[in-house]
This record gives sequence, structure tokens and C-alpha cells, in this order.
Amino acid sequence: MGLLDSPALQVKDVMKILVPVKRVVDYNIKPRVKADGSGVETTGVKMSMNPFDEIAVEEAVRLREKGAATEVVAVSIGVQQAQDTLRTALAMGVDRAILVLSGESPEPLAVAKVLRKLVEKEEPGLVILGKQAIDDDMNATGQMLAGLLGWGQGTFASKVEVADGRVLVSREIDGGAEDVSLSLPAIITADLRLNEPRYASLPNIMKAKKKPLETLQAADLGVDMAPRLTIVSVAEPASRQAGEKLGSVAELVEKLRNEAKVI
Amino acid sequence: MTALVLLDHESGQIRKAALSAVTAAARLGDVHVLVTGDASVAQAAAAVAGVSKVLHAADARYTHELAEPLAALIASLAPAYDHIVASAGAAGKNVLPRAAALLDVQPIPDVIAIESADTFVRPIYAGNALATVRSSDAKKVLTVRSAAFDAAPAEGGSAAIETVAPVDSADVSRFEAVRLSDSERPDLESARVVVSGGRGMQSEEKFHALDPLADTLGAAVGASRAAVDAGFVPNEYQVGQTGKIVAPELYMAFGISGAIQHLAGMKDSRVIVAVNKDPEAPIFQVADYGLVGDLFEVVPQLVDALKK
Repeated sequence: MGLLDSPALQVKDVMKILVPVKRVVDYNIKPRVKADGSGVETTGVKMSMNPFDEIAVEEAVRLREKGAATEVVAVSIGVQQAQDTLRTALAMGVDRAILVLSGESPEPLAVAKVLRKLVEKEEPGLVILGKQAIDDDMNATGQMLAGLLGWGQGTFASKVEVADGRVLVSREIDGGAEDVSLSLPAIITADLRLNEPRYASLPNIMKAKKKPLETLQAADLGVDMAPRLTIVSVAEPASRQAGEKLGSVAELVEKLRNEAKVI
Repeated sequence: MTALVLLDHESGQIRKAALSAVTAAARLGDVHVLVTGDASVAQAAAAVAGVSKVLHAADARYTHELAEPLAALIASLAPAYDHIVASAGAAGKNVLPRAAALLDVQPIPDVIAIESADTFVRPIYAGNALATVRSSDAKKVLTVRSAAFDAAPAEGGSAAIETVAPVDSADVSRFEAVRLSDSERPDLESARVVVSGGRGMQSEEKFHALDPLADTLGAAVGASRAAVDAGFVPNEYQVGQTGKIVAPELYMAFGISGAIQHLAGMKDSRVIVAVNKDPEAPIFQVADYGLVGDLFEVVPQLVDALKK
């Protein structure tokens, strides 16, 4: 029996979990590049919580429901409207939320520095993040925060178990899966199959409106938010033209052999 | 200028995707590579064409490429380098951002084109936009897509091997176990032909309907997220925004509707074939050849026709 399969490991640690969440263009919306090539259109576009962050919120709330944590705190770094994203997290069962105003699109390095300040203040035992945001696809904030703090990191997690001052993380890797064990406090980044996030019920959405939401300024935390990357341009990728629909398998094989010459 | 490439390996075999990082790094300058594991990995790295020096982190703490010790080692080696590069696989994405944080650098992931020593092109929004970004950091830390750079030849080099001493880092992580697919098939990321299945494959058992076709074509087998989430195949099969990015000569999609997240992982394939019973499936909009029909009838017919 592997470590991750051991039954009902005793949880001695009472701890807080911090969950950073990001407001992004809803995953069902097809992104449109702005005409001036400066970025992707977000004005008037439906925004939602980054799907990987929903998984992170769900995992944190489940750990609290199992008694492995005492409090779940969500944090978002960005514009004022990110408070909607935090309200969603609160409706999913997060206890309280922190909004750090920093302007639009802070880079992962700056976000990780803001999170380090919050970690020093809140002293969580775990920080659970989504593995990547579906807008900039950086896949970096969790690893960078772990580096800044000197904590262990369990990235691309598909299973998490807290036991005896450690966390056991099953990770999705290129050739299969890997298990690592980290001493607490630690950082986890959630992959797709860690859990299926719950929908917030209407009563919980109403309740979320009364939960505490604190607002801070990134500048007051003493973090330099200046970007290191300059966007030279953003362009549409070359689009593929739809090809032809064929009538039979024989025709397909003929095309692959003689037209595409690929087999 | 000199670039340091983290050459990741799987059970002692250098990953083919890592060889693409060597090609990318060669555009930036002289190439040194960092490898972990036993002496055979270092020897294999020394034979890679275009590598001028191998740094071998032989200490056992680095064997499993755990991010905590390895990022600390990379940060300690960084002063000698202008660029730190890895392929954009699980190892590179785990280790390099952590090393970048230790160096106070904003990493640049998933690079698909190198414009200059400080300017790179990378896809954002699941490949629906391409951003050209210029870094103002003194050092650049980047991961590169293996689909965008040819693999450096595994033979032909004769680099010097230097053993690097371990550096101190907090003892906060432990490797426990690894479970790898024992597939005889080629790697998804480097296969010439990929045969992929989606929700239309219906079950774990029926997914194997693709096996004879993959065998006939010598293809790797992939899957959409829907097929992985449904438990038909393990996670390492997933092609898409958050799975593997592939660009084979031929990509054949069976029972895959074509969500943008899936297209992000395969739309740079040279030739795309889609087989789906729904004529309106979005996958047909990117397919060079489409066939509307029942894949469970089409696949055996294809196998027969290919054997002729």
C-alpha cells in the first residue's frame, strides 16, 4: 500500500489555508486580439474565476470540511472587479477574502511577492493555487512563491493528503504520475483532476455577501509591481483553413498517400 | 553568450523534448547542459550535438529532479549564464519558475520563437493569441515548446563532463514514488503520427479500438481532456492547453469534438484528419480531411486499407 492510499491518517495540525484566485476571461469565451495588437480584448467580456483556481478553492474547502484545516482565506490580486471572483470563492465555502489592488495583469513574479507578504502576515500551513491561469498560461506563480518562501512545492497535483505535519502530493508528470512528500508549510498547485469543484448554491451566494472581504493596496505592502516583460505585440495565430470532407475511408487513405504524402 | 539547458530525463533516458531545448538554446549562444542521475545520463548528454559542456549534478538529492534542491543548484550556477532554458514539460515547468524566483527574474514559459536575445514569442489564451515579449531582466529564464524546435541530434557531440558539487537547500521535500506508463509506443511529443481519441471512444475498453491503427502507423496515442476525465486513459495521454502540445506530421482525431483547449495542443500538426459522427463538430474547422461517420466502423476499415 502506497503512502497516499493509507486510510484515515490522523491530522494533528490545525491550520489555515490560503488560496489565491484570479479573475480571467471565461473559459467558454473565444478570446479576441485587440485591433491595435496591444493585447486580448477584456472589455465587455464575461469574466470568471480561473478554472484551476476553482479546483484549488474546492480542495481547500474539502480539507477544512475533513478537519485538516481550520480556516480558508482567498486572496485576489488585481483590479477592483476581482472582488466578484472573491465572492464566488466565499460562496464556495471560503471563510474570508483579501483583495489586493495592483492594477491590471500583474506578472507572476510580482504576484508571488505580494503573496509572500500575505503569507508572512497570515501564516498559513498550506497555500493552494491553480497550476496555471488560462489567460497568460504562465504556470509559474505557485513555484515562484515556493521559491521565495523556501517551502516545498507539490505542483500539478491530482491528489493531496495532509498527515502528521506533512502533505503527500500525487503529481501529473510527462510519463505518468509521481508522489512527493513535503513538510508543512507547503505550496500546492492544482491540476485538472484533483477534484470537481462544487457549484455555489443560492443560499451560499447570499451568505457570501456577508462574509468579510478586506481590501489592501499592493503599494502599501511594499512590493514593486513593475512588469519585467514588455508586450511588443499580440497577434492572432495563422488560422487553419477547414479542408474537405471525404466520402469514404478509401478516399481518405488515397489523399493521405498521394496528396498529403504523409503515410 | 552562454545558455544553460536543464536536460531532463525519465528513468535515466534523456527526454527527446529536452533535445529541442538544446536547439533553441543554440540560437542564443554556446550551450552547456545540466543533468542529474547517474554517469550514463551525463555520457548521453555529452554525445548530444551542439553541447559544449555537461554539468553533472551527480549527488543523489538531484536524481529525481525535485524542484527544491535543483532550483537552488541552478540559481547557484546562474551567474555564469545569460539564459537558462528547459523544455516546457513537467520538469521544466516545475523547476525553472522556482529558480527564476530565486534569481528575481520573471520567467518566459512556452517559447515558440526566438526573435533576439531578449525577445520571444509565446502563445497565450490557449494559443488563441501569440504574444511577443521583451524581457528587461538581466538573465532570461525560459521554457521552450518542443513542437516548435527540432530535437538536437542525440549523437555527434563530445562535450566535456564536469561534476558539480551540491549546494545547500532547505530539506523540505522527499521523492516517494513514480508510476510511468509502460508503453512500447513512441512519445506523444516526438511521434511522427499521433492517433487521438475523445469522448466518442465511449469507454476505457473501447478506447483500445485505436490500438491496431496506432500499431499499423507506428503512432503515439493521445486523448482529449474529456476522454481523460472520463477515465478512458491516464492523464499523460492528454493533448491540449494543459496537457501535451504536439505537432506531428499527421494527427488523427477520433470522436473528438474540438474544444479550443484541445485545438491548442494540436493545431500546428502538418496534416489533421478528423473522424466524428457530428458533421458540425468544431474539429472539422481545423481538419485537412474530415470523415463524418462512426469511428468504430471507420477505424477497422482504415487499418485494412493501410495494410493493402
